[in-house]
Amino acid sequence: MGQIIVVGAGQAGASLVAKLRAQGCEDAITLIGEEPVPPYQRPPLSKAYLLGEMARERLYLRPESFYAEQGIALRTGTGVAAIDPEARHVTLTTGEVLPFDQLALTTGSSPIRLPAAIGGDLGGVYTVRGLADVDAMTGEFSEGRRVLIVGGGYIGLEAAAVAAKKGLQVTLVEMAPRILQRVAAPETADFFRTLHRSHGVDLREGVGLDRLTGEGRVAAAELSDGSRLEVDFVIVGIGIRPNTALAEAAGLAIENGIRTDAQGRTSAADIWAAGDCASFPYRGGRIRLESVPNAIDQAEVVAANMLGAGQAYEATPWFWSDQYDVKLQITGLNAGYDRVIRRPGAKEGTGSHWYYAGEQLLSVDAMSDPRAYMVAKKVLDAGGSIPAEAAADPDADLKIYMRR
Amino acid sequence: MAKITYIEHNGTRHEVDVANGLTVMEGARDNNIPGIEADCGGACACSTCHVYVDPAWVEKLPAKDPMEEDMLDFAYQPDPTRSRLTCQLKVTDELDGLVVQMPEKQI
Ligand SMILES: Cc1cc2nc3c(=O)[nH]c(=O)nc-3n(C[C@H](O)[C@H](O)[C@H](O)COP(=O)(O)OP(=O)(O)OC[C@H]3O[C@@H](n4cnc5c(N)ncnc54)[C@H](O)[C@@H]3O)c2cc1C
Ligand code: FES
Repeated sequence: MGQIIVVGAGQAGASLVAKLRAQGCEDAITLIGEEPVPPYQRPPLSKAYLLGEMARERLYLRPESFYAEQGIALRTGTGVAAIDPEARHVTLTTGEVLPFDQLALTTGSSPIRLPAAIGGDLGGVYTVRGLADVDAMTGEFSEGRRVLIVGGGYIGLEAAAVAAKKGLQVTLVEMAPRILQRVAAPETADFFRTLHRSHGVDLREGVGLDRLTGEGRVAAAELSDGSRLEVDFVIVGIGIRPNTALAEAAGLAIENGIRTDAQGRTSAADIWAAGDCASFPYRGGRIRLESVPNAIDQAEVVAANMLGAGQAYEATPWFWSDQYDVKLQITGLNAGYDRVIRRPGAKEGTGSHWYYAGEQLLSVDAMSDPRAYMVAKKVLDAGGSIPAEAAADPDADLKIYMRR
Repeated sequence: MAKITYIEHNGTRHEVDVANGLTVMEGARDNNIPGIEADCGGACACSTCHVYVDPAWVEKLPAKDPMEEDMLDFAYQPDPTRSRLTCQLKVTDELDGLVVQMPEKQI
């Protein structure tokens, strides 16, 4: 019987071990995770769970009993400190050494923190990555308190929506000229700017944070436009970095994440990677995705390949975000777009933005418009396109472009 | 609490007790019943938690909201009356005896 070790008990790690067993793998499987809880889903951390509308157990991807039932040794609260690819063993933070025949790295990513030099280590300054982060900050979410949110990406915007819904005074600063600068078109940024302002969020773009000040605990923020803001607490959502340190120290190739081939193999024999931490070949280039669907799909392909399937991972990127009562669904990747077409939705406050490079549809952002999202997803996943004129015409039936 | 029967596409039946407050999707997930993928974890964003509700139950369930309706329209082989997204079905005592059938595939 072989030994499989999976490092990182998150979305990808949980999918990977479940898939191994579902495919009939009889090796000994050990899933090792730093966090003290079984694998859980992160999206609700900045949505329903932060709002207090979801019990903690409901976050768990599988009940705790699942792992034992499946003969998977789940070791929570345990970090892997080092990998020796030649000797084929990992060393835990406890000093314990575990041998492996195959190893998978699903170490995820970590939020970028504000430097201590500008007050990043003051009390009352939070990031949103894990359950512990959110549990630490929920006590701060009481009506009337003043929160500063640094960063206008999806995490920052979702946190702003929760805070506004709970009656806090919310200021959000984005250093770039606009929110969602890195991930969406100006049209989509406009939509969400209007939405947040209509809920009373003081949203300031092109404004950075110079420093946070306070005695032990944050009390004020100095902004790049010279203004000073009194705050009760701060949430930082300025991006993440893939957790590559462990792989790098073991000599694995790193290229915007742990470098894998199309099947999910790293540069070391019998060591695989999947999820937020891994970069993989995609349409002649290389990408790394930070999303639940990618973590699941890639982990499942890697699981099959660890059992010898020899499958290439064909990513079909998609993502969602909930803000107030708007559900944003995104399909495809918009990199390289040269124009954006608007398609009005059936109802007020809904609609979709279609990204094109020439005549080729690349991606769609659908705001509470699941029909637009689903049609585009089916067409894009099948490698097709939809003429821009049809996309722009709300009366045009787009289903005819779906392959049957 | 409700007793719910999940029937896989190949006919395998799973009869389990699901606590109130969970969703029918979570009942399948927590009992390791295959056939419901639930990639988005219940956000009504993926449509991979699709089932056909037993005809006797169609009328007894709360109505679909427009979001669920639209997502279902693009699920794999949807049935206009019997198809539901299990993440949108909250378990209550009234659901005791519910029978749902899995589609051949989710996407
Ligand atoms: C607040 C929030 C909201 C999000 N919302 C969405 C959304 O709406 N839609 C969407 O698609 N995606 C969303 N995401 C992104 C999504 O959650 C991630 O892409 C996904 O969790 C990636 O899965 P993963 O397994 O690669 O990493 P993770 O889920 O982060 O799991 C990695 C695990 O590995 C552990 N680990 C790391 N190093 C070690 C080590 N050396 N030893 C032991 N354990 C280790 C970590 O502690 C962690 O538990 C959101 C993320 C966050 C934080
Ligand atoms: S779990 Fe994604 S739509 Fe139900």
